Amino acid sequence: MSQRIYIPCDTTALSLGADQIAEAVQQEIEQRDLDATIVRNGSRGMLWLEPLVEVDTAQGRVGYGAVSAQQVSALFDAGMLDGNQQHESCIGLVEEHPFLKKQQRLTFARSGITDPISIEDYIALDGFNGLKNAIAMQPQNIVDEVKTSGLRGRGGAAFPTGIKWQTVLDTPSEQKYIVCNADEGDSGTFADRLVMECDPFMLIEGMTISGLAVHATQGYIYLRSEYPVAHKLLNEAIERAYKAGYLGEDILGSGKRFDLEVRLGAGAYICGEETSLLDSLEGKRGLVRAKPPLPAIVGLFGQPTVVNNVLSFAAVPYILDKGGQSYADYGMGRSRGTLPLQLAGNVKQGGLVELAFGISLRELMEDFGGGTLTGKPLKAVQVGGPLGAYLPASQWDTPVDYEEFAAVGAVLGHGGVVMFDETVDMGEQARFSMEFCKVESCGKCTPCRIGSTRGVEVIDRIRSGENANANWVLLEDLCETMIDGSLCAMGGMTPFPVQSVMKYFPEELSAAR
Amino acid sequence: MTVGKEWTEQSIQRIIDGLEHKPGAMLPILHAIQNEIGYIPEKAVAQIAESLLQTRAEVHGVISFYHHFRTTPPGKHTIEICRAEACQAMGCRSLEAHAKQSLGIDYHQTTANRQFSLEPVYCLGNCATGPSIRIDDDIHGRVSLDRFDELVASHQQDMKEVG
Repeated sequence: MSQRIYIPCDTTALSLGADQIAEAVQQEIEQRDLDATIVRNGSRGMLWLEPLVEVDTAQGRVGYGAVSAQQVSALFDAGMLDGNQQHESCIGLVEEHPFLKKQQRLTFARSGITDPISIEDYIALDGFNGLKNAIAMQPQNIVDEVKTSGLRGRGGAAFPTGIKWQTVLDTPSEQKYIVCNADEGDSGTFADRLVMECDPFMLIEGMTISGLAVHATQGYIYLRSEYPVAHKLLNEAIERAYKAGYLGEDILGSGKRFDLEVRLGAGAYICGEETSLLDSLEGKRGLVRAKPPLPAIVGLFGQPTVVNNVLSFAAVPYILDKGGQSYADYGMGRSRGTLPLQLAGNVKQGGLVELAFGISLRELMEDFGGGTLTGKPLKAVQVGGPLGAYLPASQWDTPVDYEEFAAVGAVLGHGGVVMFDETVDMGEQARFSMEFCKVESCGKCTPCRIGSTRGVEVIDRIRSGENANANWVLLEDLCETMIDGSLCAMGGMTPFPVQSVMKYFPEELSAAR
Repeated sequence: MTVGKEWTEQSIQRIIDGLEHKPGAMLPILHAIQNEIGYIPEKAVAQIAESLLQTRAEVHGVISFYHHFRTTPPGKHTIEICRAEACQAMGCRSLEAHAKQSLGIDYHQTTANRQFSLEPVYCLGNCATGPSIRIDDDIHGRVSLDRFDELVASHQQDMKEVG
């Protein structure tokens, strides 16, 4: 059999020249008349090593990290196809790499190993086993299995997924919907993107199982327009799933129907809020809706709707394959299973780390992340996206767990960890939080719409030393008003990063006080 | 992203007719029009409104709500610079200052020779290898100031080839 050379096709690998490498490798294969084939695989999530080129050898897959197109010819000369491990780019056997070896990958078990749009690859590694089980089960039993797993919404709100599904199952209606929130707008997060680009059939399978569980026949993936690569790969995967009978009017000959379509967002952060997302899907401005009624009862087009994050749906095939208990065996307290964390910003070894809940933030940033990329001391870390608090060194021993984070006034959110070295200006970061809300607020409620504009102004006054003390009190008051008075998390959480700067880095917000 | 292509009322109507049967067809229609001609012309608003049985105000409201939709023709290439926190941690603030200075334009503007439009973007999901930018549909990571200049130059070159 022809030897396989793997070159990833996810956004990060492409952003660092993976296509140019593939061209160069193809040229070498032809010029040297070798019996080798290029496979465009997904990413292993070791993003600082992208593009990570791998070759099949008798011992396993050997990797060459951060390859450039100019290096390709030299790599062939150095015996890359024989798995020569002496070369400086060689990282050895990929699966033995400590960054991967120390992880507990349930959701990302296939990521980087397979060709993302190959159904054969997917099936060879447990793909569609969960769906096959679900087809033979009663809807209530599927919901019960998800309840047993303890899975909580991975979008950030951490609401128990099984309870949500139960509500939709129990609400009678001719038409119900499954909506996947793939509007991954939080800075520092890319786990959804990796699922969609590296293992899209897993998302398709998870949504189909959800459809079977609540009697919904139509699903939509609301994907952000900032993800062109995910868009292309998802559409290709959906088309192949239809052709192979995993989607459509007669799933695997069961007589059960599920249709799935990708809908593109249009660059509005607020559409990651579930009710705003539903308005957007209906073709309107993405305005937040007041709750109740819950989307599970009155959702898309007024019908009962399951709205879950990509990672929540992506966890479901494992649960239906191996059983809810086997998922629940991972984790701590009320945070069951694994959480795909994302190391980003100023980090030496950035990428995806899937672990059971419980690791401390410090271990994550040091043992996996290897500290900052610049080598300067780490100063602050923002967890949970632009609405998450900036955590100082004193809080880095907090375990990764929804309740433990809440206890220190932080949020785990979608698991994004953005690291900053000592050169960061925390006053500027506090200002940006308000500025971001000003740009992205949907405008429906006053505390968010006006509060963020006034917030930028007040912070500017404090920073320029204009009535700094009085304006500081005003900013405290404004933050409380936004938290208590906003309709959704956008206005309600924008003050979190601001308050964290006021509390832990006050001198950087106001030298003049 | 395609740029400033010729259009007629008929060509826009064909796009609308092909999509209006979809539930919640508004965004798919707007995307298709912008993909085809690079922006959403004023004339299209009335056509969409009539086809979807909505008011022109409603259609305008949707277009203006979303950052992605534009109502004026973009330059040949659209450059988006990620302004979000992970890229900030890797120096995107100096990158955006450099980009504005070297292109001679601010955000939401187009260079005089119609080559480049500059837009901010909040996260391209390439957060472990920032700072990141997007040029048309290609995302680029670890963009230093020099790398930015190289990318701009390579996109200027293909303009010369086209003539």
